[in-house]
Amino acid sequence: MIETQGLTKRFGDLTAVNSVTLGVGEGEVFGLLGPNGAGKTTTMRMLSCLVSKSEGMATVGGYDIGRASDAEKIRGLIGVLPESAGLYEDLSARKNVEYYGKIHGVAQNRRDANIERLLKRLGLWDQRDTAVGSFSKGTKQKVAIARALVHDPKVVFLDEPTANLDPESSKTIRDVILELKRDGRTVFFNTHNLDEAQRVCDRVGIIKGRLLAVDSPARLGNLERHRRTAFQLERLDGDTVAAVKRARGGGVEARGDTLYVDVEDPLRDNPEIVQVLTKAGGRVVYVTDLSSGLEAAYLRLVGESR
Amino acid sequence: MKLWRSWVVAQNDLDVFAHKKYSLYSLVALPAVLSVGLPVMLWLLIQRNNASALEVEVLLNAFAFIFIVLPSLLPTILASYSFVGEKLDRSLEPLLSTPATDGELLLGKGLAAFLPSLLATYLGAGVFVVLADQLTGARVGFAYFPNAELEAILMVAAPLACIFSVEVNVMISSLVSDLRAAQQLGVLVLVPIGGLYVLAETNFLSLSGVSLLVVSAFLAALDLLLFFLGRGTFRREKILTEWK
Ligand SMILES: Nc1ncnc2c1ncn2[C@@H]1O[C@H](COP(=O)(O)OP(=O)(O)OP(=O)(O)O)[C@@H](O)[C@H]1O
Ligand SMILES: [Mg+2]
Repeated sequence: MIETQGLTKRFGDLTAVNSVTLGVGEGEVFGLLGPNGAGKTTTMRMLSCLVSKSEGMATVGGYDIGRASDAEKIRGLIGVLPESAGLYEDLSARKNVEYYGKIHGVAQNRRDANIERLLKRLGLWDQRDTAVGSFSKGTKQKVAIARALVHDPKVVFLDEPTANLDPESSKTIRDVILELKRDGRTVFFNTHNLDEAQRVCDRVGIIKGRLLAVDSPARLGNLERHRRTAFQLERLDGDTVAAVKRARGGGVEARGDTLYVDVEDPLRDNPEIVQVLTKAGGRVVYVTDLSSGLEAAYLRLVGESR
Repeated sequence: MKLWRSWVVAQNDLDVFAHKKYSLYSLVALPAVLSVGLPVMLWLLIQRNNASALEVEVLLNAFAFIFIVLPSLLPTILASYSFVGEKLDRSLEPLLSTPATDGELLLGKGLAAFLPSLLATYLGAGVFVVLADQLTGARVGFAYFPNAELEAILMVAAPLACIFSVEVNVMISSLVSDLRAAQQLGVLVLVPIGGLYVLAETNFLSLSGVSLLVVSAFLAALDLLLFFLGRGTFRREKILTEWK
């Protein structure tokens, strides 16, 4: 559904997006991760034909983003949530969403049905006739998401959809993304939230100007050797800490009654550490895997690219 | 070019304008002050300075020109919002990622500035005609308006001047990113209009049929020129990325 080949964007001397090659299949949820200024928004803007590419090529739904005649077709195919909601503050939630339904040429019956379905799904139905200017940031964001979906787009671009949202609303948005996937729609979104990416994405890309890695969150995480485990004891004393330090060599840190240990292979190391702790007289209450695999992969890849 | 889509854009902009109270006030106040003020001024001239019928007729004829000035001034109030307003609200980025083409957007935003401006001009003209006839009829000896000149102004020159102003203002609005700058630059439309007036007054002495013809032809030519210029200067990417 989305294909890029050496896609590059330069702003003067700055290369914001550097030769990105990736493919996103129909019905796939793809997450683009990367630090601030990594080029996520710029990539999305190129794919939605808002800014021109400097080099390379890309297609969305088989249409070439570089061809003026194709751009209009791509825009008809996609729904976009930009970085800032950009609503008409004086107009109601319903009017904001309706405008986009009309612009996309959605017939009135289907438009009204979609507006009702989306506003209800996002918990905005009761506020449908309130001017959005009085809404909180998160509520505005939800209106903007409804607006992006009102014409049943085949491809959905969401730029940090859950930024500003409370945990419950974030969960709703994640569910909506999964529902879109179930409908066979393609979702491409930017996020800083690794946990979220792990939960909803079929594959993620990690970008920092260049695309550093693309794979499923699980596979990326499994590549990580360095992980951290927390061992919470009933009571942690100096002797116990010393025993673990002797056994491990290094990478051990004690805080309160919890011991943080860097482990290479949790399956092999964690039981050994528990044994050392028990032998030294410690009583283990919790053992927790701290570094999500994806987070570790992300931190390593982004760190290495400095 | 899908005209229905331009109309959708225009309707939305009209809806947004309708919520900008101060713009609405200016849109009404400007024609109101002129349409009431000028006839009252003539009445005072008759009462206090005992102006002759001929003097009053010359002034009435000259005042009719405000119905070329008004439709050039009013779009400044609205059209400055067209793109600058959307840039400030950040609503331009999602709008530009819809299938609406440059031409559809420009036409829609143009219509949204054109219709209220022309309507306000016509309402002002209605008030002006009634008041002017009431207040000067006794001295002039007949109802001066409506006459052929005013009809030509309202039917031909006013819409052309309005289109000219809308085009200039929409163009400015897409080029600058600050509302005040857009409105101040927008007033520049008065330069050629004022020039026209001076020319008309010096060469033809009055807004005769011939001078109106020249004015209208000139405006029509400007409208066409600006239409192509406007489409040429509209750059989505620039609008989106070259402002902060
Ligand atoms: N219009 C522009 N003109 C010049 N430079 C730009 C422009 N837009 C983006 N950039 C630069 O391109 C780089 C990538 O920006 P981009 O907004 O794509 O990053 P991002 O990954 O979305 O960041 P964030 O996580 O903060 O949203 C940044 O260094 C930014 O300053
Ligand atoms: Mg961004």
